Amino acid sequence: MPIQVLMPALSPTMEKGNLAKWLKKEGETIKSGDVIAEIETDKATMEVEATDEGTLGKILIPEGTADVAVNTPIATILADGESAADLAKASAPAKQEKAAESAPPAAAKAEAPAPKAAPAPQAIAEPDPEVPAGTEMVTQTIREALRDAMAEEMRRDPDVFVMGEEVAEYQGAYKVTQGLLQEFGAKRVIDTPITEHGFAGVGVGAAMTGLKPIVEFMTFNFAMQAIDQIINSAAKTLYMSGGQMGCSIVFRGPNGAAARVAAQHSQDYSAWYSHVPGLKVVAPYSAADAKGLLKAAIRDPNPVIFLENEVLYGHTGEVPKLDDFIIPIGKARIVRAGSHVTIISWSNGMTYALKAADELAKEGIEAEVIDLRTLRPMDTETIINSVKKTGRAVTVEEGWAQSGVGAEIAARIMENAFDYLDAPVTRVSGKDVPMPYASNLEKLALPSAAEVVEAAKAVCYR
Amino acid sequence: MAAPKKAAASAAQDKTDGGSPPEFTKEQELKALRDMLLIRRFEEKAGQLYGMGAIGGFCHLYIGQEAVVVGMQMALKEGDQVITGYRDHGHMLATGMDANGVMAELTGRRGGYSKGKGGSMHMFSKEKHFYGGHGIVGAQVSLGTGLAFANHYRGNGNVSVTYFGDGAANQGQVYESFNMAELWKLPVIFVIENNRYAMGTSVSRASAQQDFSKRGASFNIPGKQVDGMDVRAVKAAGEEAAAWCRAGKGPYILEMQTYRYRGHSMSDPAKYRTREEVEKVRHDQDPIEQVRNRLLAAKVSEADLKAIDAEVRDIVNASADFAQHDPEPDAAELWTDVYR
Repeated sequence: MPIQVLMPALSPTMEKGNLAKWLKKEGETIKSGDVIAEIETDKATMEVEATDEGTLGKILIPEGTADVAVNTPIATILADGESAADLAKASAPAKQEKAAESAPPAAAKAEAPAPKAAPAPQAIAEPDPEVPAGTEMVTQTIREALRDAMAEEMRRDPDVFVMGEEVAEYQGAYKVTQGLLQEFGAKRVIDTPITEHGFAGVGVGAAMTGLKPIVEFMTFNFAMQAIDQIINSAAKTLYMSGGQMGCSIVFRGPNGAAARVAAQHSQDYSAWYSHVPGLKVVAPYSAADAKGLLKAAIRDPNPVIFLENEVLYGHTGEVPKLDDFIIPIGKARIVRAGSHVTIISWSNGMTYALKAADELAKEGIEAEVIDLRTLRPMDTETIINSVKKTGRAVTVEEGWAQSGVGAEIAARIMENAFDYLDAPVTRVSGKDVPMPYASNLEKLALPSAAEVVEAAKAVCYR
Repeated sequence: MAAPKKAAASAAQDKTDGGSPPEFTKEQELKALRDMLLIRRFEEKAGQLYGMGAIGGFCHLYIGQEAVVVGMQMALKEGDQVITGYRDHGHMLATGMDANGVMAELTGRRGGYSKGKGGSMHMFSKEKHFYGGHGIVGAQVSLGTGLAFANHYRGNGNVSVTYFGDGAANQGQVYESFNMAELWKLPVIFVIENNRYAMGTSVSRASAQQDFSKRGASFNIPGKQVDGMDVRAVKAAGEEAAAWCRAGKGPYILEMQTYRYRGHSMSDPAKYRTREEVEKVRHDQDPIEQVRNRLLAAKVSEADLKAIDAEVRDIVNASADFAQHDPEPDAAELWTDVYR
């Protein structure tokens, strides 16, 4: 009976992808291991290998088809002695073909999952005060917004360059640096060996001479190898030199939990870096903020930790079509106005915060949602003004609660608005455990919109 | 000419060329003598001030190793950068930084190079291309490779001279840096100052490969062992390495075989070596005495040498005076220079 070839998944969370190319024609002989097709998502391209021998009977999904769901039959293979006439017999899923990513040098690191397919555009209600009214907007993924920010700054300043693992020829482990090598060449888009500690130090040394490196960590999990150079060399040198020798450098990459990659690849470093004087720490949620803040970070004369989020890379948002769109570092944004409770978050925590605000509105609780955007320096004023209005606050973070950013926010509210509080500040955070792998446990370890709703209702005594 | 005598347990076995290094002119000998003496007298004074409580915290003296940094500096060109670890006072003086500013930093005063906020281990001078002064063992090696990266990026023909000790040579990031430096052909001279002890641990107790000139072998970085007690040998090796770097051939390793006479820091009980060992190196190989003896043999008068001594003592005494009378930083300085 003819064998069905199914649309494979790049990762456990991939739901659909594009059938980019057929490499075999109908009627061609296929041996086990032959690459028969290429599929792609917005972050990666993958080859489909045959695991059965025979003849390619019929191509069911033509090349160029977008958004093919995982497990859809894409072709049939005829075994010896079978003919086209047998095609009708091809029935229910036989077996899924093996997907082999085209051998990335840093395979173990790059095999992070793709973001969930086609997430809805981020809904942000309040207009951004940084964007003039009537500005034309373009819809972009966060990945594209970050790439454009780097490309614009590299066009503007020849001292800006990008270095990191797989940033050049591979086009970025998460495709954030896509196209930069082609535009700026290998001198300014530099593939490094897998050597975080070393290349972070090389970047800092180059920055001490006045160059402006953008150092990409494939994820911030690996930056722990480099944290000595980030803190002891980048953050402290200006002070230790009495103001003589600073360091204009951006350390950027995905931070926090992705999906199903377990404890060593799922950690939120927001609190770690925001602890350190001399660093600025930025963690955007929207596509527009990602672009405007990354441009600001590259121009900033200080070391900036730019925390991205892998789950958000594929999210789309409206980005102002301005020649030079900059969001100032250190300013939070009220993305949803409300009067009953203040919910404060940043980066992917905003996903839970905004969903919770929608739920709360159905029950008559109007939440004011603040996207911090920058963790250091923290925009205390925006938080305090909101809490003075609502009298209640809930913080939302994916990181651990102890000594976390939520703890810091709570302390600032207590110090600056104690008399305005009608309830204790409540933290929603990642659970106090290393990230588990199992799907159900992972969900439990992360915050959820339901937990935010529950916390908000509790502080409203509802 | 008085050739240096070789001790049985020599700190400085020149395994490179066999013969004597190229002679210095009289002017070069006098300059080397003056620069090395300045470092020695400065460090002796710093030791005194430490004993008086005027200098706090850590204070790592360079006494005994003067020929390394002075000889290297004689091999460099304007614009070449220098970066080192925490035993750094000699490097600052050799790059031409002002003795007053260095000593005042040691005493934590506002006239110090870092306004009193860095201390012994953290001073910098953009003007003199001195990039610190780093307190984390080995960190300066990646940073120095980054200086070379910037030279390569800009194509300015400058060389980064990155100093570290036999102890730092065992740190992981040193080898990460070696790999990138050779991979990208960066103009960096890795100067390993092998003074035979990483704090209290001798090289033989810490290093599987004790020939540090071979530490770049697996990256194809050429290396050379140099008599780091002979300023002429240092300069010659430095010139060879700098020419290699400037020709675009990538990094070069120089193992400087040297010796520190004083403890690792001021609070070193020195139980890990004998007094006799120290005395023997001082007597047989002292870098300053070597030059002095050659100058005397070349009929330079004692009076001329004494004039150099006097000039150096004046500079050092003035720096000590300045460093003890300059005010402490204003309290408002606590909050400056965190960001710019």
